[in-house]
Amino acid sequence: MSQQDTHAARGTGRMRLGPQRGEVIDRTRTLSFAWNGRTFSAHPGDTIISALAAAGESCFSRSFKYHRPRGLLTASFHDPGCMVQVDDEPNVRGAHRLVEQGMRVSSQDTWPSLRFDVKATNRYVGRFLSAGFYYKTFMKPEFLWPAYQKVLRRFVHAGAISPNTPHEYYDKRYAHPDVLIAGGGPAGMAAAVAAARAGARVLLVEEEHQLGGHLRWADPAALVDLVAEVHATEGIEVLTNSAVLGRYDDNWIAVVQRNLPGIPERLIKARARTLIVAGGLIERPYVFAGNDTPGVMLSTAARRLINLYAVKPGNRAVVLTANDSGDAAVSDLQRAGVEVVHVADARAGGDILRVHGRQRVTAVELADGRRIKADLLVTATGWTAPTSLLNMAGDVPVYNPRAARFLPGGKAGGSVLAVGGIAGDGTLDQLCEHAATVGAEAARRAATRRYIQLQAVPTRNGHAPAEPSGEETTIPELPVAEHPELCRGKTHGIVDYSEDVSSKDLFMAVREGYDSAELAKRYTTATMGPLQGKLETINAIAVIAEATSRTIAETGTTTWRPMYVPVTLGALAGRIFEPVRHSPMQPWHVKNNAKPLIAGQWIRPDHYGDPAAEVRAVRNGVGIIDVTPIGKLDLRGPDVPKLLNLLYVNKWSNLGIGRVRYGVMCAEDGVVFDDGVTGRLGADHYLMSTTSSGAAAVWEWVENWLQTEHPEWQVHVTPMTTAYASINVAGPQSRELVGRLTEGVDLSPESFGYMNVRTGRVAGVDDCVLWRIGFTGELSYELHVPASYGLHVWEALLEHGKDLGVQPFGMEAQRILRLEKGHLIVGQDTDGLTKAYSAGLDWAVKLDKDDFVGKPELAWQKERGDGIRLVGVQPVDGRIVPPEASQIITSRGKIVGRITSSRMSPTLNRSICLAQVDAALAAPGTDVTVRLPDGRDITARVMPQLAHVDPEGKRQEIDGRASGLRPHAAPVARSPISPGDAVTRIADWTVNARPSHAALTIADYTPLAKIGVRGRHDGALAGALGTRFGRAQRLASGNGRRGDSDSDSNLVIGSGPGEWLVLGDPGSQDKLLTGVRSVAEETGEFASAIDLTHGRAMIRLAGERCADLLAKVCGIDLSDEFTPDGAAFRTSVAKLVTDVVRIDQDGVRGYILHCERSSGQYLFDSLLDAGAGFGIEIDGFPTSVAL
Amino acid sequence: MIQLPCPWCGPRNATEFHHRGEVTPRPEVASVTPEEWRRYLYFRRNACDWVEESWYHAAGCRRFFKVRRHTSTNEIVQAGRVQ
Repeated sequence: MSQQDTHAARGTGRMRLGPQRGEVIDRTRTLSFAWNGRTFSAHPGDTIISALAAAGESCFSRSFKYHRPRGLLTASFHDPGCMVQVDDEPNVRGAHRLVEQGMRVSSQDTWPSLRFDVKATNRYVGRFLSAGFYYKTFMKPEFLWPAYQKVLRRFVHAGAISPNTPHEYYDKRYAHPDVLIAGGGPAGMAAAVAAARAGARVLLVEEEHQLGGHLRWADPAALVDLVAEVHATEGIEVLTNSAVLGRYDDNWIAVVQRNLPGIPERLIKARARTLIVAGGLIERPYVFAGNDTPGVMLSTAARRLINLYAVKPGNRAVVLTANDSGDAAVSDLQRAGVEVVHVADARAGGDILRVHGRQRVTAVELADGRRIKADLLVTATGWTAPTSLLNMAGDVPVYNPRAARFLPGGKAGGSVLAVGGIAGDGTLDQLCEHAATVGAEAARRAATRRYIQLQAVPTRNGHAPAEPSGEETTIPELPVAEHPELCRGKTHGIVDYSEDVSSKDLFMAVREGYDSAELAKRYTTATMGPLQGKLETINAIAVIAEATSRTIAETGTTTWRPMYVPVTLGALAGRIFEPVRHSPMQPWHVKNNAKPLIAGQWIRPDHYGDPAAEVRAVRNGVGIIDVTPIGKLDLRGPDVPKLLNLLYVNKWSNLGIGRVRYGVMCAEDGVVFDDGVTGRLGADHYLMSTTSSGAAAVWEWVENWLQTEHPEWQVHVTPMTTAYASINVAGPQSRELVGRLTEGVDLSPESFGYMNVRTGRVAGVDDCVLWRIGFTGELSYELHVPASYGLHVWEALLEHGKDLGVQPFGMEAQRILRLEKGHLIVGQDTDGLTKAYSAGLDWAVKLDKDDFVGKPELAWQKERGDGIRLVGVQPVDGRIVPPEASQIITSRGKIVGRITSSRMSPTLNRSICLAQVDAALAAPGTDVTVRLPDGRDITARVMPQLAHVDPEGKRQEIDGRASGLRPHAAPVARSPISPGDAVTRIADWTVNARPSHAALTIADYTPLAKIGVRGRHDGALAGALGTRFGRAQRLASGNGRRGDSDSDSNLVIGSGPGEWLVLGDPGSQDKLLTGVRSVAEETGEFASAIDLTHGRAMIRLAGERCADLLAKVCGIDLSDEFTPDGAAFRTSVAKLVTDVVRIDQDGVRGYILHCERSSGQYLFDSLLDAGAGFGIEIDGFPTSVAL
Repeated sequence: MIQLPCPWCGPRNATEFHHRGEVTPRPEVASVTPEEWRRYLYFRRNACDWVEESWYHAAGCRRFFKVRRHTSTNEIVQAGRVQ
């Protein structure tokens, strides 16, 4: 320590008092911290400002505009003069933030120092900073705005943000309290106890570090009993140093929790059945000359300093009192050894004119002109009810002149109630009694709401919820005590401390015509600073009322809006959830340096180094590409052709089994919406493919038409996108390569021609679907392999194609290949206005069908024959590749089209394009002008067709025979979740073999057999499966109809209305499927069953804390009432649609979660992350699964 | 955030749903005039009043359903299963 530091440290504490009854500091320990470079000491429990005040400091900041010295005013979170910088964190509420060892605290926006601030000269140029200063000064000329910006930036009153601030970990949590109480003062506590005793789950939120509100400094003895009662009552969760930020529709309540170790802030999203607003009263300042001088403080501030922190607020005090709080302050001051030299009693006409002094009060001038030497002026002139949350619930508070404050208007609705000072006055007993009545009534209303909600949820167990009893209690009115209306004295002073707005400014604003509260507020920025009106609203309204010769009631209040207190953006962002999707081949892509392409949620290979070489490999030999993201929908039922006829523009009634057809979907406005091929695998069984990006939208589209237009059609749709790993094998050698691994399919051209589909075994994997289609224009086979075996098949193809020169290719090569072939991409070569005829799809549109989606628009488009056309285009100079979106223009510069796709073709060694052009320019051989982004114009020629390579389509019909099956490695099934380094085999599966005995565990259960079942939700199938929607149940043994009669681990989950998932041991899916199908057939109903083993990732959570873990990522009420053992529901978990099934084991809580396979690792990692604070461990796959 | 009473799953946060908008009946394709069709495509009442609208529970039961919602108060009086 330097000599100066030693001196400072010794100096601290000169204003520290002896032990006080309610003090919150721990005198046995001492911390040290720095304030503007000097070292100070504090006790644990001290706020930054209380520690500094104890050391005799009285100036903590400079004001916003005039840089006047500012000291302590409220000694609370809302103290406008106590915003400081702590390390690299700006705008810290210094009178709230507790001192920590080694903190570096500094004053903000002061230069060169807090004591001598250059900008304090602003006070002499005050006339330039008057009301509406920004609007008047920085308007014209406009070209100077950037310069103005620089000037204004210097006036910004805030700390310094460090660009090097590390990325901190913010947290989020959902809560479902019956009663949420905003405010932990005596009324809030009494309401909490009463509500909890009435059976409610209560969340009690207190802004300060301790419960108790004003009792902490007013009546510490009464406080002890109340706090003890709160802690002793079951069902109350207490959050201190936390604040309710806002109340939104249906009591959606945002709470910021600040008291967590290692986490800066946590956002709690609470859905409260009832909200009790118990914010107490905020003492308001008095407006007079010099009212912002350090040494002027509120009675509650003086009492906080003395009673909570044992700090003497000054040496010689004048007190202006209009109420009990002021009177009590007088006795507190006297007890603390402060000489109270004068008490001005406002109730008896006493008043203050001004204070003298600059850095600190030196004297107080009374209304009668007497000037009293003093260093402290304490004012107690009235209260503001922070009705913010009531306003957000729709209430309009009403000014009560008798009480000189706003009171609730009673329009907040039945689920928002008020207690304590906001609701009225009275003795402590009266207030607590009232709060207890309200608390019990809030619990009763919550129980009624809970009852209604419980009746609506399908997840609760059999018996009906108990109907709540109890009559509605009329909530008694609290008395309202008389209080003098004291806002401004006889002089002008500061109204808004944070924005430096004086009563004079408000008068001026009114003179200039801004005579309503809302206008004057915006013009002067009064109430718009960091305090958002908590201290200044009533004074501002009173001054506006005075200036307009109206009453406060006539003037009305301004609107309180969220957030109630500042919150960091980090807390609002919470945990960052961004689901990603991976194909089963992702580990291989990563190992082989694929350049990743982010396509929506999918991460897929763009190329492996040289896309042009990849193109040549496909054209000359054989290539394989991972196309897993292609959307795949399994369609089953007799009415599938009707559905296809409705959704596609082309005809589907005559598609034979084993045949595949390309289809185009349009929206009702005739605009191309999606395309893909659909194949018929069996009599009533089709597999539809969609674009990768359109998969989710098409599924919803299909469901929309089925559910809302044609509920009578018998069709079951199951998304299978990630149930299959999709590999396109393309090139002249593809037949040979596929033939080396395929069993049960005759690949000869005459038996398996172009646009056909077969199912068979590939590389030892059963149930693979092979399409003979060609996006690339080459002979190609698209293999859809049960996803868990995707990597196995991919590696087998590479292994057995070595001598054929097999080359993996990525998205870029595929884009080039398809462009060479002239295949359009929906969304790339079409846009939001491209109707089918404009996309070159004339051949597909069948207007002779009775109906299909978008038919009228397409009929009219055909009639008109206008619009744009998609054409193949080649620049005359083949070395130039016009960038995509280059405009096609006329000689006069009019835009008549654009390049939609362009590449250098490795096959033709020239540039090739697709373009949208006006119908008039679409004739083959037309020369068009393309304007490049650099302004050059080039000429390009419209081609006779879209295809640049092989327009006759000969390459995909290439003849040949495959040499036959080669021996290959045994299939290995892999989960999307990495098994770690200790693995074993169960059935075909590689699983994690390292068990954990931690209290909270997460395990990969993906290998379980999973059968999806669809049927009537209320029919015989539902009865046969013994499980309804919303519940999961073990299959009862011995009924002779079970899928797997020799195992006890079959679980039936009612995952949707008319939708079930049956789980079984790894490897049992075939048996299970047969069993379930026979159960379904016996019912005689339209039903279907499908193997989803490879389509879902499955995770098991077990341990008492797993509901707490889930509450961080899932917004569902996880209580035993709503989601007991056996509950099954689908919801969003970490922003991912996830099925959650609660399966407790031996009385220990547990969940099974499953999601689309491709996001399995993401979900696993998200849960692991959410569980970090609970000591979660990864458990291996169990040797025997007990479900 | 409002809660939507899914007729299958019970009350859920609105973020789980896709709002499909006001229910507009599809005209008869064989006889429709361009004006009627475009009215179906683009015209909505958009009233500050009770509106019958369709929602899809995308992150839940994946059922479409109809509600009557007051567009000003978000009050919802009836939720019906489509099927």
